[in-house]
Amino acid sequence: MSLELNDTIQGVVDGLSSDFSEDLIEVYQSCGHTYIRVEAENIIEICKYLKTRHHFIYLTDIIGTDRYTSDERFEVIYNMLNLRTRDRLFIKIRVEEKDPKVNTVTSVWKSASWLEREVYDMYGVHFGGHPDLRRIYMPEDFEYFPLRKEFPLLGIPGSIELPNTTPDTE
Amino acid sequence: MNEINSKVKPKFFEKHQRSIYKSLEDKHTTIEEIDAEDPLNAKMILNMGPQHPATHGVLRLILQLRGELIEKAKIDIGYLHRGVEKIAENKTYQEFMPYTDRMDYLSPYSNNVALCLAVEKLAEVEVPERAQYIRMICMELARISSHLLWLGTMVMDAGAISFFIWTFREREKIYDIFDEVAGHRFTVSHSRIGGVANDFTNDAVARIKEFVETFPNELKDWHRLLDRNRIFIDRNKDVGIVRTEDALDIGATGPVLRAAGYGVDQRIITPYLKYDEVDFEVPTRLEGDNLARYFVRMEEMAESIRIIEQCFDKMPKGPIRANNAKHAYPSKDEVYYSMEGMIHDFMMTDTGICPPAGKEVYHAVESPKGELGYFIQSDGTGHPWRLKVNAPSFRNLQVLENILDGEMVADTVVIIGGIDPVMGEADK
Repeated sequence: MSLELNDTIQGVVDGLSSDFSEDLIEVYQSCGHTYIRVEAENIIEICKYLKTRHHFIYLTDIIGTDRYTSDERFEVIYNMLNLRTRDRLFIKIRVEEKDPKVNTVTSVWKSASWLEREVYDMYGVHFGGHPDLRRIYMPEDFEYFPLRKEFPLLGIPGSIELPNTTPDTE
Repeated sequence: MNEINSKVKPKFFEKHQRSIYKSLEDKHTTIEEIDAEDPLNAKMILNMGPQHPATHGVLRLILQLRGELIEKAKIDIGYLHRGVEKIAENKTYQEFMPYTDRMDYLSPYSNNVALCLAVEKLAEVEVPERAQYIRMICMELARISSHLLWLGTMVMDAGAISFFIWTFREREKIYDIFDEVAGHRFTVSHSRIGGVANDFTNDAVARIKEFVETFPNELKDWHRLLDRNRIFIDRNKDVGIVRTEDALDIGATGPVLRAAGYGVDQRIITPYLKYDEVDFEVPTRLEGDNLARYFVRMEEMAESIRIIEQCFDKMPKGPIRANNAKHAYPSKDEVYYSMEGMIHDFMMTDTGICPPAGKEVYHAVESPKGELGYFIQSDGTGHPWRLKVNAPSFRNLQVLENILDGEMVADTVVIIGGIDPVMGEADK
């Protein structure tokens, strides 16, 4: 499939294929946005490169997905915006099901902190080097990762301890 | 075990509570070592919320105070977590629509349209022009309605109760308009994939036009009351400053970002609907404090009125829903009087719209709170494989955690009011 890239995105693809040729896996487009899949190891350097050299200074979102496949099950997608040329770019990395671990990009964008906590909370992907990696929605006492595909829609009975209805009487 | 944790004994979710206190102690520990002594015993930990009238929902703040100064703050959210993203994976696209109403419940129309636009982009559905203008008008009304609630509660947080009643009188008019347009006052669910549910009635048009005519006068009165009000300015100026150099880094969005000097507005960055055909300004300020956010939102309301007026001028006559049974619900006339219409209606309800497998889409709209985006991955069935909501309140709450340190405890309620989070959206 041929790609229709504008100048900024073409610059990013060219830059990545020369400076990070070993990390670049694929480039594709869907519904008008460009998605670039890279190796998970060098994500910090790649993000730093995109922020400093290509002006992707605004991280809008970090999305976790569960592909439900036997290899490289989880996907983390970084959604960033270039405010100068108003271009949006999606960087994807994939991680294994067993002990999923990614390096944090909080050193590049401070706003990644809560966004990564959300991915951790919902999918159990660990972000190595994160300053404060706690669950964000569910309590710490909860043992499951609710957005994984095997988690039932109705929840698991007894997985959350409910507070005593009359708290003062222990 | 650290210092705070040795003193407390949580009664439930013990691990959760202890980890919050530990994380609070760990937040910039270098400062703490300098003034470790506390001869006057002024240091205390204050749990504010989740059931606190000024936190606008179930927001919980854990503040470490020295006297009246907040040394550091942590925010605990998730008390309203309903797992809508999980629910979305088990519903058809149209079935999920009422859930979006209940996310940012102060401007349900923006949420409906954001979902519809994402799905329409994914399935390549053409929307008739008249429907696009109807959506725009209602989205701007929703923006005014949301900003009115912010204005009333924020001024109430700053000490003036009566103001709340005046903004609610205007909000009531918008609710009446929505009642007439959609049949519901609060959770409208009026937008449909491929168009809108029904056209404006003559009464609805008359009501909107009357509102557009009278509202600028109200706005002018409020400007006169607040712009140079000594008490209001004292409470809001230089409070809760989001500095321009930090704003993008800590992930501010919407009016919070625009008050810090960046004219980031999705209506300009990626124009959707017909926003590239109407003329409007994106108000910005440089100060980044609460007063700047006040001016930005007040001016946004005036701009919304301008957009609505232009929409009425440009709105063509015509259909309000895509005329393609694979893409949108047929009209009720067809459903009741023809066999095909009945079948199509049933198919839309049962299976819904099926976008091509393996496609991904992200579409963002400018909701009153900021950039509201829907990311959808399709697997070819009628249900999304993954639906992610990029909630502006969530990211603005992260900003709140960063700007509270060093403020006075009495200012926290005003700062929360200025950030204007909606917990239904932040907690998903």
